[in-house]
Amino acid sequence: MNWNIVLAATIKWVFMVLVFGLGVAGILTWVERKMSAVIQDRVGPNRASILGFRMLGLFHPLADAIKAFTKEDFVPDGANRVLFFLAPLIALVPGMLAFAVLPFGPGDNLVIANMDSGIIALLAITSFGIYGATLGGWSSNNAFAMLGSLRAAAQMISYEVSMGLNLVGMFMVFGTLSFSQIVYAQGHLLGGWLPEWGIVVQPLAFILFMAAALAENKRAPFDLPEGESEIIGYNVEYSSMRFATFFLSEFFEVVLIAAIVTVLFLGGWQIPWLDPKGIAGGWIRVLQVGAFVVKTLFVIWVMMLARWTLPRFRYDQVMKLGWKIILPLSLLNILVTAIVLAML
Amino acid sequence: MASNFTPYYALVFVAVLSILLVLALLVVNAILGPKRRSRVKMTPFECGNEPWDNPRKRISVKYYLVAIFFIVFDIEAVFLYPWSVLYRGLLKQPGYGILALWEMLLFIGVLAMGLAYVWGKGDLDWNPGAKR
Repeated sequence: MNWNIVLAATIKWVFMVLVFGLGVAGILTWVERKMSAVIQDRVGPNRASILGFRMLGLFHPLADAIKAFTKEDFVPDGANRVLFFLAPLIALVPGMLAFAVLPFGPGDNLVIANMDSGIIALLAITSFGIYGATLGGWSSNNAFAMLGSLRAAAQMISYEVSMGLNLVGMFMVFGTLSFSQIVYAQGHLLGGWLPEWGIVVQPLAFILFMAAALAENKRAPFDLPEGESEIIGYNVEYSSMRFATFFLSEFFEVVLIAAIVTVLFLGGWQIPWLDPKGIAGGWIRVLQVGAFVVKTLFVIWVMMLARWTLPRFRYDQVMKLGWKIILPLSLLNILVTAIVLAML
Repeated sequence: MASNFTPYYALVFVAVLSILLVLALLVVNAILGPKRRSRVKMTPFECGNEPWDNPRKRISVKYYLVAIFFIVFDIEAVFLYPWSVLYRGLLKQPGYGILALWEMLLFIGVLAMGLAYVWGKGDLDWNPGAKR
């Protein structure tokens, strides 16, 4: 056992997953409420205060956490107690784990697990998230939760196919399955001025991947598994921290998807048109990690805008979009990419 | 310890840390929260109605169809991965590139035919009886 590796992994986990991932996800619960308020011309959360300071309602996530910890943690009659307990855990842990394969910066030091087949590991890990929603709904012995979990399962597996197929074009262009190498490759400049980002070389894949990722995330416009006005959702029976864990996993996945999109399509930590040799010492690392964070926050902002401006789909529309539009288009994208690469 | 394996150890270690953290959250809540059981509270919430049936019954077969399509198409997507990683390298070798292209055109063609068949059968329509 090499204790340096363990120590390094722990430190990286604390900063990447806890400080960045959970920190941003926690603040997002406030951002979402405040942003919806701004969009809908309301005031939004502004009551929680410490010693009279209200800070635009920024204490609300803190108050929510305290409340989640001190509420009753009950299991309804007839529920499967083991799965009911495990479901929130299964929903949140894969998201936290997926952060381990994403590079925050160049080299081995700014990624927890720098794998050659990082993308396959990521797809394998995130697939587990489906179990969280499905088992959560099934185990609570509630008809509405059951419906929600069925919807969640069908929707998430439908869009997972498209997500996987959209990445094939990226692999063809960059010839690797490693996140780090994909980000390195995106540092090239096409024709001396255009950065070779995924969004430039695979624009269709970017749009389709974004749509599929939004659907995987189960947020509006794809929030049918929760659909507050029709079936309440797979987490009806959940209370206290277990509900908060489901809630947090949703926001955690927002951060995760934004980070994945940044790494694959927006150049990760690369700063275009900047000569790394021009900046002394460690500051370039700070700038690069900063670039990654800024790009991620930008993608989160886009996803939030989509959440609050688009109406919810009907379920047949969700299935039609997934199987009849996004899937054929991603096959077409692979074909076109293959032919263009062969002609180059 | 082979150096190739360190990322996998790191991943397993991080998985253990994450599970412990979430478990800790849930357990702390179970300790701090009150426990006041009552018969009404423990019934499943169905908008105030008494639940009159078991939700875990047989359900519409459409959901199973989606699961079967998922298995078919996801496995075929996995077959595309090794090819896509090697594709650019193969193109650089004379003779192999055009072979790789045609092989995969054939494979994607079969995949598309499967999709077209399922589509034509109407299995992708969520509501086959309804007017379109």
